[in-house]
Amino acid sequence: MFDQLDLTTLLFGRLTWESFPYHDPIIVATFVVVAIGGLAMLALVTRYRLWGYLWNEWFTTIDHKKIGIMYMILGIIMLLRGFADAIMMRIQQAIAFDGSMGYLPPEHYDQIFTAHGVIMIFFVAMPMVTGLMNYVVPLQIGARDVAFPFLNNFSFWMTTSGAVLLMVSLFVGEFAKTGWLAYPPLSGILQSPGVGVDYYIWSLQIAGVGTLLSGINLLVTIVKMRAPGMTMMKMPVFTWTSLCTNVLIVAAFPVLTAVLGMLTLDRYLGTAFFTNDLGGNAMMYINLIWIWGHPEVYILILPLFGVFSEVVSTYSGKRLFGYASMVYATVVITVLSYLVWLHHFFTMGSGASVNSFFGITTMIISIPTGAKIFNWLFTMYRGRIQFEVPMLWTMGFIVTFVIGGMTGVLLAVPPADFVLHNSLFLVAHFHNVIIGGVLFGLFAGITYWFPKAFGYKLDPFWGKVSFWCWLVGFWLAFMPLYVLGLMGVTRRMSHFDDSSLQIWFQIAAFGAFLIAIGIAAFLFQFVVSYRRRESLRDTTGDPWNGRTLEWSTSSPPPAYNFAFTPQVHDIDAWWQMKQHGFQRPQAGFLPVHMPKNTGAGIILAGISTVLGFALIWHMWLLAGASFVALLAVTIGHTFNYKRDYYIPADEVARVESERTRMLAEHV
Amino acid sequence: MSDAHALSHASPGDNRPPLQFLVRGEHHPQNATLLGFWIYLMSDCLIFACLFATYGVLGRNYAAGPTGADLFDLPLVAINTALLLLSSITFGFAMLEMQRKRLNGTLLWLGITGLFGVAFLGVELYEFAHLIHVGAGPQRSGFLTAFFALVGTHGLHVLFGIIWLATLMVQLRRHGLIPANTRRLFCLSMFWHFLDVIWIGVFTFVYLMGVL
Repeated sequence: MFDQLDLTTLLFGRLTWESFPYHDPIIVATFVVVAIGGLAMLALVTRYRLWGYLWNEWFTTIDHKKIGIMYMILGIIMLLRGFADAIMMRIQQAIAFDGSMGYLPPEHYDQIFTAHGVIMIFFVAMPMVTGLMNYVVPLQIGARDVAFPFLNNFSFWMTTSGAVLLMVSLFVGEFAKTGWLAYPPLSGILQSPGVGVDYYIWSLQIAGVGTLLSGINLLVTIVKMRAPGMTMMKMPVFTWTSLCTNVLIVAAFPVLTAVLGMLTLDRYLGTAFFTNDLGGNAMMYINLIWIWGHPEVYILILPLFGVFSEVVSTYSGKRLFGYASMVYATVVITVLSYLVWLHHFFTMGSGASVNSFFGITTMIISIPTGAKIFNWLFTMYRGRIQFEVPMLWTMGFIVTFVIGGMTGVLLAVPPADFVLHNSLFLVAHFHNVIIGGVLFGLFAGITYWFPKAFGYKLDPFWGKVSFWCWLVGFWLAFMPLYVLGLMGVTRRMSHFDDSSLQIWFQIAAFGAFLIAIGIAAFLFQFVVSYRRRESLRDTTGDPWNGRTLEWSTSSPPPAYNFAFTPQVHDIDAWWQMKQHGFQRPQAGFLPVHMPKNTGAGIILAGISTVLGFALIWHMWLLAGASFVALLAVTIGHTFNYKRDYYIPADEVARVESERTRMLAEHV
Repeated sequence: MSDAHALSHASPGDNRPPLQFLVRGEHHPQNATLLGFWIYLMSDCLIFACLFATYGVLGRNYAAGPTGADLFDLPLVAINTALLLLSSITFGFAMLEMQRKRLNGTLLWLGITGLFGVAFLGVELYEFAHLIHVGAGPQRSGFLTAFFALVGTHGLHVLFGIIWLATLMVQLRRHGLIPANTRRLFCLSMFWHFLDVIWIGVFTFVYLMGVL
C-alpha cells in the first residue's frame, strides 16, 4: 500500500481515468441525463436567486418541520433511483432466456441488485420514516421542537452525505457486487478488491452516524418533552411506535457500525476478522449484521403501524380500538425483534435446538402483529368510514401485509426454510411486507399529513390512481416470484436456461411497469395539487376532523408550533378539546424561546463526504486533511455559545391573529 | 378515560371546574442533554459489546501464533489500569471542585486527569509497538485482530476524551462555570467513567483471562 508513494498516488490514490465507466453506454446515458438535469436545476436556482433562500430557510434550518420535509424529499429522490434499478432488473430477467444474456452484463447486474437493496432500505425507507417522525412527533406531543435541534440538522445532512457518496459510485468507479449486506468472504479484499465495497462501507457509516443521532434525539424528545398531562399511556399511538422505533435504532445501529468497522479493518489493514484463514470467522459477520438487520425491519415498519392506527381511527371517526393492547403489542414486537436474527441463516448449521428456538420466536411475533390487525379491523367495525386516500392505502396494507406475514411464518419453519432459503420466495416475502407495509404506510402518512405540512390537501384523484397502480402492480410483480421461488429459482440470477420460467418473469415485469405508473401518478399528484392549491386549501388546520394535537395548530404550523403549550387530559387530546368547545386564546402571548439556525451541520456533513470519498479511493493526503478539518470544525462549533433567540410576543400575536382572521373568513 | 367520561363531563349540571387545555405562562421542558448523552453512551457500549463478542469468538484462534499467555505483560497492564482508575478519581475531584464553584481547582484536577489519560495512552502505544515489533501485529491471527480492535477502540475513545477535555478546559477558562459548561463537564465525566468501566472489562476478560 505504501511502497510507491509518488505524488500522483498520494493525491489521487486508486483513482485513474480508467475508474470512470465511460465505456458503459447505459451509465454514460444516465450520466448525461443527470448532468443536464442537475445543471438545469442549478441554473434555475441561480436564475431565481434562490440560493440565499435555500441556505437560510432550509439548509441551515433547525426547525424539525423543515428537516422532516427535507428527509421526505431525499427519500423520494432516492426512490426514483432505487426503482430505476428495480425495473432494470425486471427487464433483464424477463428477456435473459434461451441463450440471451439480456442487456446487462453480470458485473453490472450485480451492482444493480446491491444498489437497489441498499438504496431502498437506507436511503428511501429510513429517510422517509425518519422524516415522518421528525415532522409529526413534536407536534403530536405538544413540543416546540426536538430535544437537540442542531443535532437534527446534522443528522439529516449526514444521511444525505451517505446518499451522495452512493450516487457518486454510479459515475466514479463502481458499487459493491455483493448483495445488500455484503457478506464476507465475498466482500473481503481478496474477492472484492475494487472500490465497490468501500463505497458501500463509507456511505453506510456516514449515514449511520445520522441515523443513530436522530434516534437518540427523537427518543429523548419523546421521553422529556411531552406536554404536561401526557403520560406514557396517553401518548398518541404514532408517538408510541416512534418511541419503540427509536429505541431500536439506538440499540441496533451501533452493531452495524461495529461490524462494518471490522470489515473495514479487514479490507484496509488486512486483519483477520472474517477471513477464511488465520482464524477469522465469516459467520461472525453474518450473525452481527443480522443482529442489526432484523431490528432494522421493525425500525421501518413500527412507525407505519402507528400511521395506520392514526389513519384508521381518524377516518372511521372513532377512538382507536384497544389502545393499551396496541401499545403492548408494539413493545412486545420491539423486544422480540432482538430474538429472531438467526432465522435469516437457518442454513448456517447451528443445529436443531438453536434453529427451533429462533423459528419459534419468529412465529411468536405474528401474535402481537395479529392483535394489531384485529385492532384496526375493530376500529373500522361500525365506524363511519370515509374512503379518503390514506384509508385506501391502509386497507390495501391490511390485505397485503397479512399475506406477507403468513409467508413469513412459512419461512420461519426451519425445514421449509432449508428449501426456500435464498430463493425468489424469500424475495417475494420481504417485498410483500416492505412494500405492503412500509411503502403503503408512507404513502398513507404522506397523504394524511400533507395538508398539515403545506396548508392544502393532495389531489385525491391522482392519489387513487397511484394507489390502484401500486396495489395491482405489486401483486402482479411479486406473486410470480412466490411461484418461481417454490419451483426453486434462486435470487440474484442475471440469466436463465429454463425457458418455461420466462412467462412468470414477464408477468412480474408487467407488474413493475404498473408500479412505475403508480410512482408517476404519485409525483404528478404533487404538481396537480400545487396548481389546485386554492381549492384544496386547509384553512382550519384540522382538515380530517383529527384527534391528536398536531391538528390543533394551523396548517402549516408556525415556527414555534404552539403559542401556548397544550395541557393534555386524554389519549385523543385534540378530540377532547373539540368536545369541550375549546376556544383559542386571542391575547396574552409571550415571547417564544427558540434555537438559532446554523450552517455547522451541512459543513460537517460536506467534509464527511470528502473524507469518505478520499478513504474509498485511498487518497491518504486528502483523507488526512479532511479528517483534521472535520475535527477543527467540530471543535469550532462547540465554541459557539449563542445558540438561541426569542420570537417577540408581538410577532407571536401577529401570527396568531392572522390565523384567527383566516379561521373567521372560512367558517 | 373513555368517551362516556368526556361526555358526562361536558353535560349540563356538572359542577366540576372546566378542564384547562393550555398551560398559561411559559412552559420549560426539562433539559435533556444528560439523558441524551447517557443514551449515546449506551449505544457506544453496544459497539464495545460487539467487539467483546467478537473477541469471545475469535479470542482463541491463534493460527499457530502467539497466545495471550505468551504476549501479555501483566505488571505493565496493571500500571496502565492504575493510571486509568486514578484518572477517574481525579475527574471526580474536578467535579467536586465544580460543585463548590471553584474554577481553578476544577481546572487543576482536569489537567491532572488529562495527564493520567496521556500516560495511559503512552503505555498502551508502547505495548502495541512492542507486540507489532515481535511479530504479533493485528494481521497475525484472529485472536490478535480481535485484541487490537477491542483495546485499540478503547484507546481511541481515551484519545477523543483527552481532546475533548483540553477543549473544555479552554472553554472553562474563557466562560467560567456557566450552566452550559457545567453541563458539558457532566457529560465528559460520564464519558470518562464509562471508559473506565469498559477498561475493567478489557482488563478482566482480555488480559487476566488471557494469561490463564
